[in-house]
Amino acid sequence: MIYADVLIVGGGPSGLTAAKMCCEAGLSTIIVERSHILGGQLTKQTHKFFGSKDQYAKMRGIDIAVKLQEDLASFNTLTMMLETTVVGLYEDKVVTILQHNEYKKIKAKAIILATGASEKFLAFENNDLPQIVGAGALQTLVNLYQVIPGKSMVMIGSGNIGLIVSYQMLQAGIEVKKVIEATDRIGGYKVHASKLKRLGVDIQTRKTIKRAIGKDQLEAVEIVRIDENFQEIEGTSEIIETDLLCVSVGLSPLHQLASMMNCKTTYISELGGYVPLIDDHFQCSVPGVFACGDMVGIEEASSAMMEGYLAGLYTCNYLNQPHLEAESLISHYENQLYELRNGLFGRKTLRGIEKRKENLIHA
Amino acid sequence: MLNSTGVPDKDQVVSRFFDEKILSSYKAIIECYEDIPCNPCATSCPVSAITIAPDIHAQPVVDPSVCTGCSICVTSCPGLAIMLATVKKDKARFKIPYEMNESFEKGTEVHAINRSGEIIGVAKVLNVSNYPHQLKTRLITVEVDASLLHDFITIRGIQHG
Repeated sequence: MIYADVLIVGGGPSGLTAAKMCCEAGLSTIIVERSHILGGQLTKQTHKFFGSKDQYAKMRGIDIAVKLQEDLASFNTLTMMLETTVVGLYEDKVVTILQHNEYKKIKAKAIILATGASEKFLAFENNDLPQIVGAGALQTLVNLYQVIPGKSMVMIGSGNIGLIVSYQMLQAGIEVKKVIEATDRIGGYKVHASKLKRLGVDIQTRKTIKRAIGKDQLEAVEIVRIDENFQEIEGTSEIIETDLLCVSVGLSPLHQLASMMNCKTTYISELGGYVPLIDDHFQCSVPGVFACGDMVGIEEASSAMMEGYLAGLYTCNYLNQPHLEAESLISHYENQLYELRNGLFGRKTLRGIEKRKENLIHA
Repeated sequence: MLNSTGVPDKDQVVSRFFDEKILSSYKAIIECYEDIPCNPCATSCPVSAITIAPDIHAQPVVDPSVCTGCSICVTSCPGLAIMLATVKKDKARFKIPYEMNESFEKGTEVHAINRSGEIIGVAKVLNVSNYPHQLKTRLITVEVDASLLHDFITIRGIQHG
């Protein structure tokens, strides 16, 4: 049995920032990360980030991933377990991990879940053909491993991920033939859409994919216009030849480990799906278990980092070993989070958080 | 239009420009039409010519009497929504952010492109810079006909057609 004060599951933006706070407070901390590198989604995000200085605005995601790891480099109370998966998690905070084909157990006084999210997919004919990929997989192939999986691409979804990944594929030399969007409005920031448009990429709203065409792999896609009830409009079919189709239709929080520990969860559409119910201190319904980042509601990496710092600080308080600057840091990061969400694009998240709170009271 | 195609209306574009008297020297033109939580343009400006108020969601406002046309904001904007523009007689000059792989030689002629991605004329490349503080966003100085002032947005190599 390995013992630690804090076990953090997930080495993405929220897990790494939570770890920094725990380490600064002097707590022995373990980060368990499934991948062979730390940084989560940041490791494939080659674009410059929005936000303010506190969220490393104007730095590229890949550089933020490096920065967050540098912040942790000096702590000898920190253990990082890469290529390690949590396979069992119990209410007494004994965690079974699988590391390089070996099962081990960790007992922690507190657990921070920062597992992130998984991609949603879309149902259409032939959606299992090779060369149909999610935006995350495409970024991994192209940005992380420099593998170019196709000559041309059609993107489904115009949220920030769909727009940004389309831009990245153009940078990699892939011809982006079209970005389509089912609603009547581009979902992501319009500056990202304008970047694509000036490079000659057509973005079309009220369109969806009807089927993928191909024998052994994708050869073409059939696109149709849809009405306000998302029903196909007859006679609008269009066949586009392409050898790559990217589906970017949103993310779902990875709540499963919280559910495994009997933390209460609820479906909240504004937050992307099932999320663990957390209190104002990021604590789940099981005492000593905290959750932060996309796992408790889909937002951007900027918010995930702010949540990570806060979840880390509240975890230190829970273990009666508060961070020396706990009070000022908590108010600082709470303010940052409030500011990030207090605009047009944050309204949906705030509605979701309100529902999460209401559900917690009823639970 | 912006919401469904990604192309701002002409009125929107013109509202972000300054008159030709002010544009006798380089000024920042910021095409940020949405309230998004972002402020590197304002915090990177060495002379505080850009204001984002009352909070981080507000759209940036440039004070052209303070702006020195230094171009730091151009490569700081994560949305690639800022360029510098100046007009001298019948020529307009721009400093634009560029992140594609294509490289451009000083002195060559390339396509001038509008906000819809269409070719609208010829642009002459005057300079290309890529200093460390630009964080891999190149800054390209180009010259186009002054009639393209409100239409020009980027360039494309001739070989691309």
